[in-house]
Amino acid sequence: MSVAVTGRRRDENSGNPHRDTAALADAGRRRAKRASARRKAVPYLLLAPALLTFAVFKAYPILDSLRISTTTGAGAATRGAGMSNYQRLVHDPLFWQALRNTAEILVVQVPLMLALALLLALGINSALVKWRAVWRLGIFMPAVTGLVATGVMFGFLLDKDSGALNWLLNGVGLGKVDWLGSGSGARMAVVLVLTWHYTGYNAVIYLAGLQGVPKDLYEAAMVDGAGPVRRFRSITVPALRPIILFTVVLSSIGTLQLFDEPYILTRGGPDNATLTVSMYLYENGFHYFDFGYASAIAYALTLLVVILGVVQMRLMGDRDK
Amino acid sequence: MILTKRLKGWPLTLVLATVTGLSVAPFYWLVVSATQKDSDIFAWPPKLVPSSNFLANLRDLNDKIGLWRVLGNSLAVASLQTLGGLFVALLAGYAFAKFRFRGRTILFGLLLSTLVVPDQVMLVPLFQMMRSFHLLDSYQALVLPGLCVPFAIFMMRQALSGLPDELLDAARVDGAGELRVLLNVVVPVMRPFLAAMSVFLFLGSWNSFVWPLIAMRSPEMHTLPVALATLHGQESNTDYGAILSGTALSTVPIMILFLVLQKQFISGLLAGATKG
Repeated sequence: MSVAVTGRRRDENSGNPHRDTAALADAGRRRAKRASARRKAVPYLLLAPALLTFAVFKAYPILDSLRISTTTGAGAATRGAGMSNYQRLVHDPLFWQALRNTAEILVVQVPLMLALALLLALGINSALVKWRAVWRLGIFMPAVTGLVATGVMFGFLLDKDSGALNWLLNGVGLGKVDWLGSGSGARMAVVLVLTWHYTGYNAVIYLAGLQGVPKDLYEAAMVDGAGPVRRFRSITVPALRPIILFTVVLSSIGTLQLFDEPYILTRGGPDNATLTVSMYLYENGFHYFDFGYASAIAYALTLLVVILGVVQMRLMGDRDK
Repeated sequence: MILTKRLKGWPLTLVLATVTGLSVAPFYWLVVSATQKDSDIFAWPPKLVPSSNFLANLRDLNDKIGLWRVLGNSLAVASLQTLGGLFVALLAGYAFAKFRFRGRTILFGLLLSTLVVPDQVMLVPLFQMMRSFHLLDSYQALVLPGLCVPFAIFMMRQALSGLPDELLDAARVDGAGELRVLLNVVVPVMRPFLAAMSVFLFLGSWNSFVWPLIAMRSPEMHTLPVALATLHGQESNTDYGAILSGTALSTVPIMILFLVLQKQFISGLLAGATKG
């Protein structure tokens, strides 16, 4: 087809006094066309590695997990099980306990940590404070530490009889707490470790947000006689709203997926008091090799993450809309 | 007036110093304890002055878990994953930021939609996949699933769309192909951002735990966190000094790096919070 077209063009051009220039222009056009075809392919070529790895290591596992969740048995004995894994899940007291533990840790830990982080950010942002770069750096340090290292470290620090924390508490007359040996103590320990690890991280996020609030807003409010609490409620909180929403969603989703800290600190104990949904998933999948049931737990977890995220965005999202 | 203002700052500064102290104290305790004999780690009151047992503890740890092998695994996997993830995200982010093409919105949405899916969902299928390809206990098992990081692609797109088109067009007029434009123009300009991104990817890999715990079954393929957690979990184990020296070893180099590259660390870890 293209050969025919070029052939005809050649014939037309043969009688043309400007044959050479026309041919040149023609070749230029063809080259441009080829170049544009190549240019059209460029973004797809650039995307190829991402799309390939995405398809194989993200999309496929996500879909396959859904299929696996409707099977039971292992290896060659695997067979279809319909919705039975999900039915089992609904009636599984251990799953509900794991969910309850996770929820309890979340409801205590996330608000506590974010309130603390906001106070810290306000403190560091205050014009009165000295050496703020030092404080910012110091409180961020735990966020850089791996969760396994954190867990191991706190396993020692929270030891009932010789841990440094109980030594401190004992020193100020508060007595020793059985952090890892009692159910409520173990949950408190997990809350404590999470708070230590992520408070500074969130404070630095808030700090970045605070620096974006126009100073003259505060000055105008002060001229109008607004006190510090009023200024905080009417200027700071509205200005930080999107960032607060972001941290609430991020921390909640992270806590829902909690695994590393309780795995290292308590192995889910004592007596399943710190068993989380993710740990239960791991146990079923990789101790009992019940892949079908583990996948059903995984999808239940996904559902929870999505619901929680949507609800929080609805409740706290932009009210002007 | 100025004097009272100065004095007024002190209580707040003191509070912040205390909180910072509480943040940093566990590290101090870790470093000190890593230098103690096993029997002194549980001393009451705790020993807060360094001793001289650090190297002996490390030797002990090396006998238990093959420290250098395990450390090498962690370093190799984290480096490969960082370089690979950065490369994949750079190309994809560049395509999304600087080209208009059919399917652009859909593909981008598809990549981002997986952000709401917890990683746990992929554990079982990835395990089965790696098992059937005989890739369990290999670096590939950890590196391959870490190459496509939708979040990194998203960040890369955000950062690259701020790049002026004139800069790219100038290079194109000079006859440079897209790959050359990317490597010779985009990469040098974006160096600080790429450094932050590398920190984000490296730390994610260096500290990751669940998937390596599942995919690396034999001790000589363990990463450092998996080896430490395994040693820590053994009921009979009493090598506290060994465990703590390993924990210090997994933490302290990152801390030093953090103090040197604090800007890259903070912006890398906060990547999602502030639109860079």
